[in-house]
Amino acid sequence: MSEQPILRVQSVSKRFGGVHALENVSVDLFPGEVLALAGDNGAGKSTLIKVISGVHRPDEGKISYDGAEVTFENPQKAREQGIETIYQDLALADNLDVGANVFLGREPMKRVLGLPVLDRKKMRTEAAEALRVLDIRINRFDLPLRSMSGGQRQAVAIGRAIHWNAKVLIMDEPTAALGVPEQRKVIALIKSLKQSGVGVIFISHNLVDIFAVSDRIVVLRRGQKVGEAATQATNSDEIVRWMVGG
Amino acid sequence: MSEPPTANRKLQTADTKPPSAHPIDELVSERTTWATSVRSTVASMRAWIFLFFLLVGFEIWAQLAYHTTFLFNPFNASSIAVFTVGPLLLALGQTFVVISGGIDLSVGFTMGLAAVVFSKILNLSMGVLPDPLALVVALVVALLASAVPGLINGLLIAILRVPPFIGTLGMYGVARGIAYLMAGGTTIPISNPVVSFIGNQSLTLLSIGDFRVSIPILVLVTIVLTVAMVFMLSQSRFGRHVYAIGGNRQASLRAGINVTRNTIALYILSALSAGIGGILYTARFTAGAPQAGETLLLDSIAAVVIGGASLFGGSGTITGTVIGALIIAVIQYGLVFVNVEPFWQFVAVGVVIIISVLVDQTQKQLSGARTDE
Ligand SMILES: Nc1ncnc2c1ncn2[C@@H]1O[C@H](COP(=O)(O)OP(=O)(O)O)[C@@H](O)[C@H]1O
Ligand SMILES: [Mg+2]
Repeated sequence: MSEQPILRVQSVSKRFGGVHALENVSVDLFPGEVLALAGDNGAGKSTLIKVISGVHRPDEGKISYDGAEVTFENPQKAREQGIETIYQDLALADNLDVGANVFLGREPMKRVLGLPVLDRKKMRTEAAEALRVLDIRINRFDLPLRSMSGGQRQAVAIGRAIHWNAKVLIMDEPTAALGVPEQRKVIALIKSLKQSGVGVIFISHNLVDIFAVSDRIVVLRRGQKVGEAATQATNSDEIVRWMVGG
Repeated sequence: MSEPPTANRKLQTADTKPPSAHPIDELVSERTTWATSVRSTVASMRAWIFLFFLLVGFEIWAQLAYHTTFLFNPFNASSIAVFTVGPLLLALGQTFVVISGGIDLSVGFTMGLAAVVFSKILNLSMGVLPDPLALVVALVVALLASAVPGLINGLLIAILRVPPFIGTLGMYGVARGIAYLMAGGTTIPISNPVVSFIGNQSLTLLSIGDFRVSIPILVLVTIVLTVAMVFMLSQSRFGRHVYAIGGNRQASLRAGINVTRNTIALYILSALSAGIGGILYTARFTAGAPQAGETLLLDSIAAVVIGGASLFGGSGTITGTVIGALIIAVIQYGLVFVNVEPFWQFVAVGVVIIISVLVDQTQKQLSGARTDE
């Protein structure tokens, strides 16, 4: 783990009308680190990652990425810089196939008789490659995602994110909608991402998952950071106490 | 847009990787059985199968009732092709709109508006400009005029988030009123030899002795446009994004697709394809009429849904729409051929729309069929 954080969130606040979704929250993320973000419903976890990924602009505070202060106007800008986000709802086009989803919004083109056309073959082979390195096999790349299982769809979302050389990968509740075997698979995926040097922020309700995969845990409650600890130096009881207060 | 980086990071799959029999693999093999393949094939063949039975049905009817052939009569084939032109032109743009999850109810009167503008401008400019130039001016102005309702639809739907059904229904009224006002409530005859040639002549493609293959120019123009639309929908980024927007608007936004601009472009495309319909209508009847596309709205939506596009958005093909339009034309022409009262056409097309949507809903629950070009 290197000394310089890849991502620094400093004293960020975000309000929606009267709701203080985030108040003075600071978080660092290092390359190759898995940071778990814990907290009850409405604690501000999703808002925090949306501020990082360019969906929301912070009302106060600043965000630095790779050593420089940044303001992302939209998620696309953040992605271009290497911050990929997998949202709770995955944000996949279920009517399209794996290749189309991995390349959504960044489709490669080739020329046929001088006309620009979608390079389907490239999309398919590179999507297959992205999933192969994640050790996921899908044998029908021409079918829409609708026909796939929750784990496969999650894998496509992860494959899409890492295909673009993400330096920071943010995952909002990646295991929530999955069965137990698929949850295990996603945990394994996060571990392999960590080893390739990606910084991962991972939101979860599931303390077992959090302790299985994270290096550090940050707990939010009502928009404030109420606790932070190295995973080895804490335990479930402490995390739960932070989450519920008291 | 800059070329995206594509370098794949080689992940170390380390010790966390169980050697074989992955849970994910099991799930995969269970999902993609032969049953899925069969269902997906049937889904994409649905319209073809329907067309086949329709043709066979009319053939049997014609044989039994009139001892004549329906299918093996070149005149019938040519008539059906001409009947297909109107619904198909409106349906081409409508296909894009429906795939994006919208609907365009204004196309019929956008077509009428284009027909009226085209005739008016042609008549006005023929006195002052040489005929070919007058034609070009009329074409350009008519297309621009037809783009306007599309642009307004697009702005209403993409920026003000008016539901497509309501926005385009309003535009239906507006375009209709303006078309009638401009035409002074009547039809506008034209007399440009080039235009009436395009509207009523055929090109002979092949001629060996008595055997001739000729295609009405109207049909030829429609084929060229159809090929262009197939290309746009299946090969361009725009086409791909139309599917994505219809499949998951939120995901498209997050993927950086300019949903607003694409949506506006969609409705302009739909209006332009209706505009071309209006111009070809004028060519065929050598007169522009505000009600040129009045009955074609139903036909165009029917063609799109029979062709397999889902009114929920996210799926559909131009090829399917072409088959859908052929089905409409066969129903209409076939009923005339077997001497059924013409008003039954409306009933038949209406019933076919409803059945198609029902089949679509059922199939949606059953299959993971391919849904794009
Ligand atoms: N776009 C929004 N508009 C208004 N309020 C919001 C919005 N997003 C989140 N909130 C509010 O901010 C608070 C934190 O929400 P969120 O970040 O989604 O929590 P979590 O993901 O931890 O469950 C909640 O009270 C929520 O209602
Ligand atoms: Mg949340």
